[in-house]
Amino acid sequence: MSTSAATAGGAPRHGVRIAVIWAVATAISVPVMIWVIGPHIPPGAMSNDTRDQHTVDVVLATLAMPVLMLIWVYFAYSIRYFRQPEGDVIVDGPPDRAQPRIQILWLVVTLLMVIGLATYGTIDLLNDAGLGGGEGPHPLAVPADAKNALQVQVIGQQWFWTFRYPSYGGVETPKLELPVNREVEFHVTSVDVIHDFWAIELGVKADAVPGADNTAFVKPLENGTFQVRCAELCGLWHGHMNTTGRVVSDSQFATWIAAQQTKYSTITKDLPPYSLVYYPQPVRNG
Amino acid sequence: MESASVRQPQVVKSSTRIPSAWGQLLGYNVIWATVLAIVGYIVLHKIGDTIGAHSVAETGSGGSDQDDIAILMGMVGAILGWIGGLGFLNYPVSRILGRPATLREREEHGAWRYFRLCTDHKVVAIQYLVAVLFFFFIAGLNAMFIRTELTSDNATLFGAGNYLTLVGLHGTMMLMMMSAGILGPLGNYLVPLMIGSRRMAFPRIESLTMWLTVLAGFILLAATLLGGFPTGWTGYAPLADEARAGIDAYLVSFALIGVALALVGANMLVTVITLRAPGMHWNRLPIFVWGMVTTSILAVLAAPVLLAALIMVMMDRSIDTTFFVAAQGGSPLLWEELFWFFGHPEVYILALPGFAIVLEILPVFARKPLWGYRVAVAGMFGVALMSFMVWQHHLFMSGINSNLRPFYMFTTELISVPTGMVFLNAMGTLWKAKIRFTVPMLFALAFFFNFLFGGLSGVFLSDVPSDVLTHGSYFVMAHFHYTIMGGLVFALMGGIYYWLPKMTGFKLNEKLGKIHFWAMFIFFNLTFFPLFAAGMLGMPRRVSNYNASLHTLNVFVSSAAFCLGASMLVFLGNLVWSMVFKRERAGDNPWHSKGLEWQLPSPVPVYNFERIPVINTDPYQYGSPDAPPVADFGPRVVAGQAGAT
Repeated sequence: MSTSAATAGGAPRHGVRIAVIWAVATAISVPVMIWVIGPHIPPGAMSNDTRDQHTVDVVLATLAMPVLMLIWVYFAYSIRYFRQPEGDVIVDGPPDRAQPRIQILWLVVTLLMVIGLATYGTIDLLNDAGLGGGEGPHPLAVPADAKNALQVQVIGQQWFWTFRYPSYGGVETPKLELPVNREVEFHVTSVDVIHDFWAIELGVKADAVPGADNTAFVKPLENGTFQVRCAELCGLWHGHMNTTGRVVSDSQFATWIAAQQTKYSTITKDLPPYSLVYYPQPVRNG
Repeated sequence: MESASVRQPQVVKSSTRIPSAWGQLLGYNVIWATVLAIVGYIVLHKIGDTIGAHSVAETGSGGSDQDDIAILMGMVGAILGWIGGLGFLNYPVSRILGRPATLREREEHGAWRYFRLCTDHKVVAIQYLVAVLFFFFIAGLNAMFIRTELTSDNATLFGAGNYLTLVGLHGTMMLMMMSAGILGPLGNYLVPLMIGSRRMAFPRIESLTMWLTVLAGFILLAATLLGGFPTGWTGYAPLADEARAGIDAYLVSFALIGVALALVGANMLVTVITLRAPGMHWNRLPIFVWGMVTTSILAVLAAPVLLAALIMVMMDRSIDTTFFVAAQGGSPLLWEELFWFFGHPEVYILALPGFAIVLEILPVFARKPLWGYRVAVAGMFGVALMSFMVWQHHLFMSGINSNLRPFYMFTTELISVPTGMVFLNAMGTLWKAKIRFTVPMLFALAFFFNFLFGGLSGVFLSDVPSDVLTHGSYFVMAHFHYTIMGGLVFALMGGIYYWLPKMTGFKLNEKLGKIHFWAMFIFFNLTFFPLFAAGMLGMPRRVSNYNASLHTLNVFVSSAAFCLGASMLVFLGNLVWSMVFKRERAGDNPWHSKGLEWQLPSPVPVYNFERIPVINTDPYQYGSPDAPPVADFGPRVVAGQAGAT
């Protein structure tokens, strides 16, 4: 296309013009995306997972800018300059059908972009990012200090969450509190239908599947509260299946978990033994 | 081709005998079918009730509305009554009994043929179009109800249960109707015209798919009478196992659509392979036909998987099998795998026809040949092939083997390469073009604007670390509305504005069309772009209760959505106004297209071509004054050929 655009006799060199406009638009939009919009992209910086996710999102959004600008500039330019005035006279354009060089160039560039993206994503996955997404019973990526991780079992149930702390006598509570700066290993499961444990500000999301153990890791880095919501349609009160969790200091956590152990001691001893998976009672609807 | 001489006598014989009005009323038609469907439901429901009471131990709480065996059998009865009442069983039954088949469906005139089995592909296509638009507007109305409920951050208006039913009806009906939405009306109408054929390969099957689609739509609506269903369009298994009887309607209607999709795909493939006119080489096939071919391949291969999975849920619910019951050796993840193995090709069943339409429209109004024809075809095949290799990205958070994630991330991103080719085709076609801004062209250009956002947001979803944030959130919802509504529905609208003059002979009003376009384009983007943000800020899909901090955003989106709904009323108004009240003859070739279908009179005569044409060239000979006409229609030139520029 653009190679054939270089017509000698005074006609505008459309290809060059498009390229210049595109370069300017990209030069403006890329810094805007990185430094102006980028910092506001969710989900904040509360944990290692959200920091990774934020970086990834800014990188992807920035990489999208040249593509977005190319299409926008090209289409806008074509619409502006290749427009035929309204009227009954039908004028045909030039009958050019294809240029293999441009097609091959386009194919190579898009392929390289895809391979680059996939490589970046894979490296990212192997190096801690994506730890927050449910990895199943055999995680691909495991954080360095996983041995000392605080184990928390998340049990989904229509329509609330229960959190079990196996290293604290298997106490079960409806509240989720986590100590700051300590690796946490979630084991997510369900006792009835499929739910999805989404700790939004922590950057954790893992499906809760009956009879399955789904692991996810997070290291909270800041004190504060976070929302927990169900992100998989689970029936009538799906939208109400939420709670608020807290990230607190080590000492506060110790106090809190001790209080929970006392509070629920009578219940804890009647609970079924700790298990990574639970099976629902067979449902017979009839 | 060979059919010309064989069929001519039948035409004469059947068109001489038009039954009286009473004969029409009592013959096989939709009224008779409705009656038989209701009778069939009642009879088989009764039988099922008896079987259920005696064969399956009632371990639960009981209650007649939960008797799934009776309800499912009743629906089978309704289906048999429906197709029997429409006369689909006459031919096979006659043949089995060794009697000569009576083919009453050969009638060619009168309004009644629109209410019965008709084997004219143009009649079936118009039946399809009316049916699809009817259900499209019902599903759109559900979307309006959904947005109304979401103006409040707590389920106050309809209540949580009704809200989920609305969500499920909207999603399922849109998916069902839109997957039939282009193959059915435009595919059935245009493919024979574009390849120079008088018919589809299997006319009775073609009609059957149309009537099954209608029945599926009504059965799905019947879910509201059976208590609704809480699963959305995805019908995830343990929830579907425990849901009340409304889910049976979802299962049966979706299964019917699965059957219809597979049949319509097979019919399309056989038609294109066997019924091309002489000279219609594969490299002269219009790009729209290629789009239908690739879509049909997906439909034929993917829909049976859905059908199998749906039957497994039906069995789980009715006769207590345990395919998806974790405690008894089943797996809830099995449904997700099977469903998305169908579901992701389904997404491209929705996308490829959109590509096909816009690439067919662009050359006409750019007055240039389609740029990169071979690459466009290759791109469509690439998309079709790749779409079977990406389904596990729907399960990224489900605890699948996490070693598989890099692979599915790669394949998902790879599918953007063939999709990108379609953009290159459009860009090449627009280069130094003579663009005319008709309504179809506006829709075609908007397709690329919208689909670009859909595609770019898809890159975020394919990248697993980023997907942790966006999976199952409104980000996904915005993403697929940008591809399906912004892509397919815009293309469908463009296609309707472009081809309706050929189908009916009347043009849609240009001014109303432009109002419709701009309203739809602006409010579509105002509705769905903010939802990307809603998802990233923590709003899960299908909730009627959300964080109060998102309230303002949702009220804004709802307001825009109502305007989007109003723009659809402009379309409906335009349709009624231009087709019923203020009819303006379109002429045979109002767009000055070089396509084969535009060389025929509008509306197209019953047997399409007086003689099977001999194809000289592909239909994109713009800017080549010396090129031969697209086809040689034989010595007796069909009216309208002179309309070509």
